[in-house]
Order: sequence, then C-alpha cells, then structure tokens
Amino acid sequence: MEANQATPVKYDMEVVRWFTIAAAIYACVGTLIGVYVASELAWPFLNFDLEWITFGRLRPLHTNAVIFAFGGCALMATGFYIVQRTGATKLWSNGLAWATFIGWNLIIVSAVITLPLGWTSGKEYAELEWPIDIAIAIVWLMYGFNYIMTIGIRKTSHIYVSNWFTMGMIVMITYLHVVNSMAIPVSMTNSFSIYSGVQDAMIQWWWGHNAVGFYLTGGFLAIMYYFVPKQAGRPVFSYRLSVLHFWALTFGYVWLGAHHLQYTALPDWTGSLGAAVSLAMIIPSWGGAMNGMMTLSGAWDRLRDDYILRFLVVALAFYAMSTFEGPVMSIKTVNALSHYTDWTVGHVHSGALGWMAMVAYGAMYHMIKKLWGVEKMYSEGLVNVHFWLATIGTVVYVVAMWVSGIMQGLMWRDYDEYGTLTYTFVESVSAMHPYYAMRAIGGLIFNIGTWIALYNIVMTVRTASSARSASAVPANA
Amino acid sequence: MSDHDKIYSTQLQDKTERSTLLMFVLTAIAVAIGGIVEIVPLFYLPNTAMCQNDPTCNNTQHKDLNGNVIPMDKIIWNPATSANKTLDDWQPGDGVRPYKALELAGRNVYIREGCFLCHSQMIRPFRDEKDRYGHYSIAEESMYDHTYQWGSKRTGPDLARLAGKYSDEWHRRHLMYPRDVVPESVMPNYFWLNDKKVDVAETVETMKVLTIMPFNPVPKTIYTDAYIAGAAAELEGKTDLEALIAFLQSLGNHVKFEEGVNYRD
Repeated sequence: MEANQATPVKYDMEVVRWFTIAAAIYACVGTLIGVYVASELAWPFLNFDLEWITFGRLRPLHTNAVIFAFGGCALMATGFYIVQRTGATKLWSNGLAWATFIGWNLIIVSAVITLPLGWTSGKEYAELEWPIDIAIAIVWLMYGFNYIMTIGIRKTSHIYVSNWFTMGMIVMITYLHVVNSMAIPVSMTNSFSIYSGVQDAMIQWWWGHNAVGFYLTGGFLAIMYYFVPKQAGRPVFSYRLSVLHFWALTFGYVWLGAHHLQYTALPDWTGSLGAAVSLAMIIPSWGGAMNGMMTLSGAWDRLRDDYILRFLVVALAFYAMSTFEGPVMSIKTVNALSHYTDWTVGHVHSGALGWMAMVAYGAMYHMIKKLWGVEKMYSEGLVNVHFWLATIGTVVYVVAMWVSGIMQGLMWRDYDEYGTLTYTFVESVSAMHPYYAMRAIGGLIFNIGTWIALYNIVMTVRTASSARSASAVPANA
Repeated sequence: MSDHDKIYSTQLQDKTERSTLLMFVLTAIAVAIGGIVEIVPLFYLPNTAMCQNDPTCNNTQHKDLNGNVIPMDKIIWNPATSANKTLDDWQPGDGVRPYKALELAGRNVYIREGCFLCHSQMIRPFRDEKDRYGHYSIAEESMYDHTYQWGSKRTGPDLARLAGKYSDEWHRRHLMYPRDVVPESVMPNYFWLNDKKVDVAETVETMKVLTIMPFNPVPKTIYTDAYIAGAAAELEGKTDLEALIAFLQSLGNHVKFEEGVNYRD
C-alpha cells in the first residue's frame, strides 16, 4: 500500500490528530442530544416548556451534530491520514488543512447556536441557514481541493481505492449542497428555496439520499478499504471487486433519492426508477461488504483478541444488513407500509450507528495508536467494553424501531369488521410509548460507549505525551 | 516487467487510476447522470405543477369520468377567470392559491418550530389515508410552497387537509397545551407562541421574495403591490399563535375534488 522509500516521509499528522480528537468529542455530544430528543418523544415533559430545547428545534441539532460534526471530523481525519499514507506524500497544503479544521469547527459552533434559535431553512438534513451554507461550501471546497491536489502530488503510480471513494464524495457533496441550498434570503436568518413542491421534494431527497450514499457510505467505505486491510494485516480480498464496487455505487447511488417519494404527488415513474436502481444496488453493496469481510480470511482468529477488528467486522455486517434493508423498503408494497413510520428511523440508525460509527471508531482507535506512537490503547479492555456497548445499544435501538414502525404501519391501515378504521391516530401514538422508551435506552447504551471511548482516547494521548517528553525520542507518526 | 506496470483490470481503469485528472473527470460525470435524469424532466413534464406563467402548466390534463378535460383554472385559482378576484374574496374550492399574509406568517412559525419533523403534508392514494385524512394530495397543491413541507415522518398525524376539521379555539387550546385536549399526545407545549408577536417586516419581505422566485413565483396579480402594502397593517399586533392557526386552517381546502377523477397519472 505504501511505497517503499529510502527516506521515510514526514507526514502532516498534527491536523489529523486534532480532527480525530474532535470526532471523539462530537460523537459523545451528538449521540447525547439524540438520547435527549428520543426521550422527549417518550416523556414529553422533558421539553420543559423551553422553546430552545423543544423536539422540533433540537432534532436538527442532533442530526447535524452526528452527521456533520462527528461524521465530518471522522471523514476529514481519516481522509487526510489515508491520502498521505497511500500516496507517500505530505499534504499539498498543511495550512489549508488547518484552515479547514478551524472553518469546519466554526460551522459546527454556529449550528449549535442557530438551530436552537429556530433559524432553519426547513429542509431535512440541510437545515442550516444561508450564511452558514455559504461557509460550508467554502470550507468543503478547501478540503476537497487540498485532498485532490494531494492525490495529484502522490509518489505512488496508482491512486488507492480509498481515494476514489473520497473523491466521489467530494464531487457529489459539492453538487448536492450547491443545488439543494439554492434559496433567496429574506433576512440574515431566514430564506426560502427557489424550488417549490414537486421539484423541491425531488431535489431535497436527491440531496438527502446521496448525503447518505456518498458521505455516510462512500466516505466511510474509503475508511473501510484502508483500515480493514491495515488492521487485519492482509491485502484487500479482491481488487477487481473494489473496482466494480466503486463504479457501480458511484453511478448507481445517485438514482435512489426518488424512493423516498413513493406514492407522493411526484410522477409515478420517478419512484419506480428509484426503487429499481435501489434493488440493483444490493449487488455492488454486498460485493463491497464481502470484499471487506473476505479480507479477513485466514485472520479470523484475531477477532478473539483484536477489539479494533471487531468494530470493523461488525460495521461490515451492519453495512450488509442496511444495504439489504434499504432496497427492500424502497419496494412500493413495503414502502406503502414503512413510509412515515419509525421503521425509517430504525433503518437510518442501523446504518449510522452500526455501520458508520462502528467503522469510524475502528479507524480512530487504529489511527490513535499510530498517531501517538503507542503499542496499545490506555486500556484495551475498555475498547472491548465500548465495542459491546455500541453493538448492544445499536441492536436495542433498531429492534425497538422495527417493532414500533411496523406496528404503526399496521395500525394505521387496519379496518374493523364494519369497514371503518380500527384505530384513531392517537391510539398509535400511545402504543409507541414502550418502544420510544426502549429506543432511548438503546441510544443511551450507545452513548455511554462513546464517553468510555473518549476517556480511553484522552488517557492514551496523555500517557503517550508524558512518555514522549520523558524520553525525548521522536515518535514515528 | 515490474509489478507496477502490470495491468490487473482493464486498460481504461488502469489509465484512470494513474491519472488524478481523469479519475476526477470520470467520477464527476458518473455522479451527475442519475440526478439529471430524475430532476430535470420534473421542470417540463405535465403533472408536476411547474406552471411559471403558463396557465396549462406544461399541458397538464386532468380528465373527468366522461373523458372531458377539467380546465386548469378549476385546479389553480386564476383571478382573471375566477368569479372571486382577490385573495380576500377567494373561497374554498376556487383552486390552489398562495398564502394570505397572516397564513404566511404562520407558515414561517411552522418551519421555525420544525413541525415538519413530526407532521407530514402529503396524503397517499390509499383507502385508509382517504378515510383518515381525505383526498390524496396533488402536485398543484404545493406549487407555491417554496421550501416544500411534505415531511417524511408521522409521529403526529398528516396535516395536508386540516382546514376546517377543528375550530380555531380547539387549535388554540391544543397548540398551547396539547395534553389538555389529547392526553396521549407527545407534542411539546407551545403556549409561549401566544406571547410572541408576528415578525411583520420579515413576513412582508417573504411576500416580496415569493413574487421573484425563478420557479413558480406568486403572480404579481395575486400578491399585488396594494396587497403587500396592506399586509403590514393586517399583521400588526397579531401573535405567532394566531398566525399559526390561520396557516393550519388554510391547509387542503383549495381544490374541489370530483369523484373518480385521476388527478395524478
């Protein structure tokens, strides 16, 4: 993977260290807000009659914090790490990378301030208002330009597969963010989309699903393709499968957004087309998951004591599971039941917690050892504890949402013997209470794991730093 | 031959992997196609409510049971052909219209509070949804909704046809303290909306902005200069709660639907 060189490259890793620590902190905060909003649905008194923490204002903060703060910092940390190591080169511009770090974190701070104040564009997963949208575009282009230029100055002949996926993400997120955020401002804090109704809906879900497809999937597949082989100490199972995986996802994923709009006022063909391509995507997705899994062949015994590998393998299992569940939910007959219900929420979280967060943590633990030049984490046992809390928390969460989602769907469409609707809407609301409580508990279990991870990471860094200053021997980053 | 020169895939793939520029360009093309195919046609096909200044909305044709085309001005309110000429005279069933000033202020509250995160405004063509909410939603009904509010989740019920289902007083009590009216509700209390005054300047600015939208702007014959000028006085002293109730009472009664007509295709 890395070119053999006579003189080792001095990489720009300080900015990677900061992004990694930031990701670990935002994971704790983002999932904690998630636990809180989940609890508000189970026990509405938790809104405490304060406008800033009502569900409607806090929920966008949860999604933005986990996707853009945690996910974004994890992607940028791993991205800058991978692109240097696979290209055997320093960053094209270390200064630009630092500007990206500062800019991205300022955007996160502005989200924390503006979303509870109710400054929202009213578009799901793209709630931030127009001045922040402009800042996001600038910082994202700074990141993307630096990344691609670093690929350009690589010392290796071929571009490594992880960098294909990251490049796809950089291009697609730029398209999506610019097109979907087009709005005319009425003030510094409010604006309205230039599209309306049908067109706005299609563009919104083109954005919504491809944020999932290229950012939460493509970007994290870049992580998978580097860190699974590294941690397993074996090459990627099949290079040709990775070529297929990349081009099929890159071309195909873009079409899926329309499956969020089945049976709405959009022309029928859009949803059908979205569903058809969704089903086709099972093949490359499972091919990619198998590619990661099979990389471990001959090294499966290491799962017994390599807790980082456990994170990566379970992440791949969840990746395979949610990339099967998604296409199933896009089929019209299933979607008729699942749409508008908690099943969707469960599906998102099996991807976000099970796949994205797990693979990110696997990569973060791996990187921290390399970045701070230590053999072991402060406590390897705590890595294992974190692994089990994350796995159990995710399963509890997802199962609760499966049950509640399918139950909602069935209650809403149920007719009694007289041909009238069996349940009022609010009966379905009260029937959800136990599952909403269970979901909050599942989320809490996951959240506790993130705090343990943060403690473990901080202690590892502190131990490494004091050891380094004591021995005065440069660590090999 | 050294390992680095051996081709393990195809010549094109190998060439692409060796060139940053080629990889960038091919990726940028590959990710653009799906979006173009699915999005661009929605701006010129019929039945997508893309009307601009075209009264036929790209030749949209809804036909009644006898196969006769229902004139579009029965679906979308047109002051020029309607008996009711101004927003204030408009009656339910006259066709889809933009929001009145107070409703628009309420819509801003609806978006600000993230109501769309729990309430959809898009009824699907199923028997149970017809019985529970009413006639399925059609594209024209949200053509003036810049930043559409269809939502994706029903933690609470759909609101697309809420107009007239409950009294203003019911809404007032329910919005302020939902559990006083519906004990099982998990909605937050919004009594504090009663203490907030409508942002007059922002609402007036919203009306102006809606008339200059590049796609489906509100016609200047509806948001006339006089109407916008009069809006400030109408909004003065109104609360966010009153505005939100006005918005909720405007949802879904614009079109008079006929039995047996396929409004979607």
